[in-house]
Amino acid sequence: MAATPAPSPDAVILRAEHLGRTVPGKVLVQDIDFAVRRGEVLALSGPSGSGKSSLLRLLNRLDEPTSGTVFVEGVDYRNIAPRELRRKLGLVTQRPYLFPGTVADNLRFGPAQRGALLSQEAIDNLLSEMGLQGYSGRDVAHLSGGEAQRVSVARTLANSPLVLLLDEPTSALDDAAKLEVESSIQKVVRDQSLTCVVVTHDIAQAARLAHRALLLDFGRIVRAGSVSEVLHA
Amino acid sequence: MLNHFFHTQLQLGLAQAAVAAFAAFAVVLLARRRGIHLEGETLIAMLRGLVQIIAVGSVLVILLRAPRWTSGFLLTAMIVAAAATSARRAKGLPDAFRVSSWAIALGAGFVIALMTFLGVIDTAMTSLVPVGSMLIANAMNTNSLALNRFRSDVLTHVGEVETALALGAEPRNSVSPYVQASFEASLIPAIDSLRSLGIVWIPGLMAGMLLSGARPVYAAVYQFVVLAMIFAASGLTSLTSTLLIRGGVFSKAEQLLLQPGKS
Repeated sequence: MAATPAPSPDAVILRAEHLGRTVPGKVLVQDIDFAVRRGEVLALSGPSGSGKSSLLRLLNRLDEPTSGTVFVEGVDYRNIAPRELRRKLGLVTQRPYLFPGTVADNLRFGPAQRGALLSQEAIDNLLSEMGLQGYSGRDVAHLSGGEAQRVSVARTLANSPLVLLLDEPTSALDDAAKLEVESSIQKVVRDQSLTCVVVTHDIAQAARLAHRALLLDFGRIVRAGSVSEVLHA
Repeated sequence: MLNHFFHTQLQLGLAQAAVAAFAAFAVVLLARRRGIHLEGETLIAMLRGLVQIIAVGSVLVILLRAPRWTSGFLLTAMIVAAAATSARRAKGLPDAFRVSSWAIALGAGFVIALMTFLGVIDTAMTSLVPVGSMLIANAMNTNSLALNRFRSDVLTHVGEVETALALGAEPRNSVSPYVQASFEASLIPAIDSLRSLGIVWIPGLMAGMLLSGARPVYAAVYQFVVLAMIFAASGLTSLTSTLLIRGGVFSKAEQLLLQPGKS
């Protein structure tokens, strides 16, 4: 059973409609339909190359769909300015890609892009949520893999996204760091009732984090439902 | 030594060219032993360069008698050729020819026009064309270096660039570290030429001026003038190309078009 609270039954916050992307010689994602309600955590699972990460990139519009579209709070995302859209749908990548400087510099990056200054108090709160109290002034070059990934999550949260998109956030980590990052994500998702789409090929992790799951193969949804229905079938 | 075997100037020139080409090709063969294959490209470049310079040398006699205004056409043709050569070095970069044309035209073209207007470059064909071609050739090299470095830096930092985009950064901000690095790297040859002037090398122009009877001090000062103009033209070219290309690698929806495997 998922540890996160039950989602709001009404408000669909994110909806993909016939979403697809084809590149020359390859179908990456095909005819994807799903909706995510406010406060819901949806897991995307499937074998390597099944289109999970490609789908997440389409949701963040880092790639352009060749068919279909995505609606964010009912608005076709092609009508939302790309920067605004990406702030609303915050993406955490598999590798953290921190920018040179301190942890605080990284957390300030997103808000600074729209001319806002993130206060020290806000930085401390975000770091505290991710279990990184006192890390504000640390140089990112000296962080462990797990710490860097938690900073990456905090940096995305600094933009106050509507939906958090997590692309296998623990797959590049060792077991200890993986648990650290996962429990921090679980805590922040629960505390803030965050809407979340998480790509994972770890069934146990999907069960711990998500309310629902989609199983992808060859770029298509092959099963959808509760985590146990989808991943244990 | 070659003088003993070849008695006419043409024969001697061809023999000298053969020896120099042999030296260049020996390096290519050494590189081949290390698994670096430059044979085809080098052979074509050398043959092409030789044919081109002989052709230009042959028509130079006619051109030097042509009216002064024709130098404008000649320099424009050189800029287009330089842009085409440079664009070929920037495989995978969208709009490389357009960017290179603007950059070299603005960099070299502007400096040539300004310096000619101010009287630093003489309007005579014998002065304007050779000096202008030096500026264009160096602008072309700088442009190639800038585009090549930018392309390679962005390709090795796709994750960082897309992370910045995903955090809501403007495309130009997401690649700004690589724009700066490309600009700096592309100017290294021009800066080193200025730094080592007279110590490491005595450029051909100065040697030519001395041989044709110019006063040594004037020849030296004018060589500095040429190198300073080359620096200005190269800097302006690189600045223009890096500014233009930074927007060119993104789609209208602010997606990074330059991706590994696509270029």
